Amino acid sequence: MTAIDIRGLVVRRRGNTVLDHLDLAVPIGSVTGLLGPSGSGKTTLLRVLVGAQRRTSGTVTVLGRPAGDAALRKKIGYTTQVASVYPDLTALQNVRYYGTLYGIGRAAALDALARVDLARYADRPVGALSGGQVNRVSLACALVSRPPLLLLDEPTVGLDPLLRRNLWALFRSEAHEHGSTLVVSSHVLDEAAHCDRLLLLREGRLIADDTPAGLLSATDAADLDDAFLNLVLR
Amino acid sequence: MNPRLTLATAARVLAQLRRDPRTIALVLVLPCVLLWLFKEVFSAQPEVFQQLAPALLATFPLLIMFLVTSVAMVRERSGGTLERLLTTPLGKADLVLGYGIAFGVLALVQGLAASGISLWVLGLARPSSVPLLLLIAVADAVLGAALGLGVSALATNEFQAVQFLPAVILPQFLLSGLITPTSSMAGWLDAVSRVMPLRYAVDGMGRLVRSTTVSTTVWWDLGVIAGCAVIALVVGSTTLRRTTT
Repeated sequence: MTAIDIRGLVVRRRGNTVLDHLDLAVPIGSVTGLLGPSGSGKTTLLRVLVGAQRRTSGTVTVLGRPAGDAALRKKIGYTTQVASVYPDLTALQNVRYYGTLYGIGRAAALDALARVDLARYADRPVGALSGGQVNRVSLACALVSRPPLLLLDEPTVGLDPLLRRNLWALFRSEAHEHGSTLVVSSHVLDEAAHCDRLLLLREGRLIADDTPAGLLSATDAADLDDAFLNLVLR
Repeated sequence: MNPRLTLATAARVLAQLRRDPRTIALVLVLPCVLLWLFKEVFSAQPEVFQQLAPALLATFPLLIMFLVTSVAMVRERSGGTLERLLTTPLGKADLVLGYGIAFGVLALVQGLAASGISLWVLGLARPSSVPLLLLIAVADAVLGAALGLGVSALATNEFQAVQFLPAVILPQFLLSGLITPTSSMAGWLDAVSRVMPLRYAVDGMGRLVRSTTVSTTVWWDLGVIAGCAVIALVVGSTTLRRTTT
């Protein structure tokens, strides 16, 4: 079963080819890492999946429907790279507002804050929180409705190692225990080991689509960093 | 459109305002102070204040709600919350109406404060209908919010949004009949002023204060303002794009 199916996706913007003939599939109930240097097209790909980015050509099927279909809006949780929350509201007010959009109440909002380890800060205005905490409020706004598909754009950027480990544990539990499908972008390659599958983008092209173990054996590398370097330099 | 989501959005905008007491104070106190200032400036000619005050009561809601909404919407656009909201079940109409309702409520409170001060402290002649006066103020405020929403699509940051204030509001102010009666303007200016909604708010408020009965013209004025507000909201909501290149 695939959550996402992409065939021949091309996105051109002002003459530049941002995504160049992508073909890929993402299985349901998995954590897929979308990796690549900045500017490689990760954000554009996520925006295509969420229906915010116009495509030049190709077909993109998300949960059995064309990307951007109105019925998908109830089923996708999305975080942008910059935390998209209201700094003048408290953490709980933010998560509750997003929850209300999915018909979900206070208990679920508190639960979402607990899942990102911010229960203590529920009544703190977001503007008074640290950068990493604000990112997690934004994440809680996407988690609150327990959507079948979570598209997270660099959710772990700028966080300390312990928090990053906890978030990856959370992502795996959302996928493996609750059956959600997660696509998580990152430019930090050492996060790849946490994923079930990896998609490596470079200059808009898909240069790897494999499991972490498969990637290691295919590239004859000792660790994932080496594997990526081998691929990029090949 | 979904009334529950519309009201949730209005509640969210009001909650944001509640956390900003300085803005609330400015919105509520500033019109009262300015009205008092006008009264003092024309203390030797009390009839000028009687003429000016209704026009000012019509101008403040438009001006202030335009400013507040354009800046708030520029923030929604540049902060990424708009893009994110448009990927959720929230409809564009829910978002636009939510803003309209929230600033309509704020305008009602502002109208109560400004007209209360004018009537009971500054000695403005009692209008033939206070509820209708407030209704015009609220419609006027929703219009201001809708215009601010539309302008936010043209501005890429808050600086630019503020610059649109003189462009959108000042011509309406000049041609509203506040400075010179519209009847004494050149024919083409009068024609231009007829398509500017502020003229109808100034006209309606003036009639309410000058007359002891409510004429049908006042209802027409209110209808024009409400109609313009609806059109501006519809046009403004088309500037919210789910998909961009």
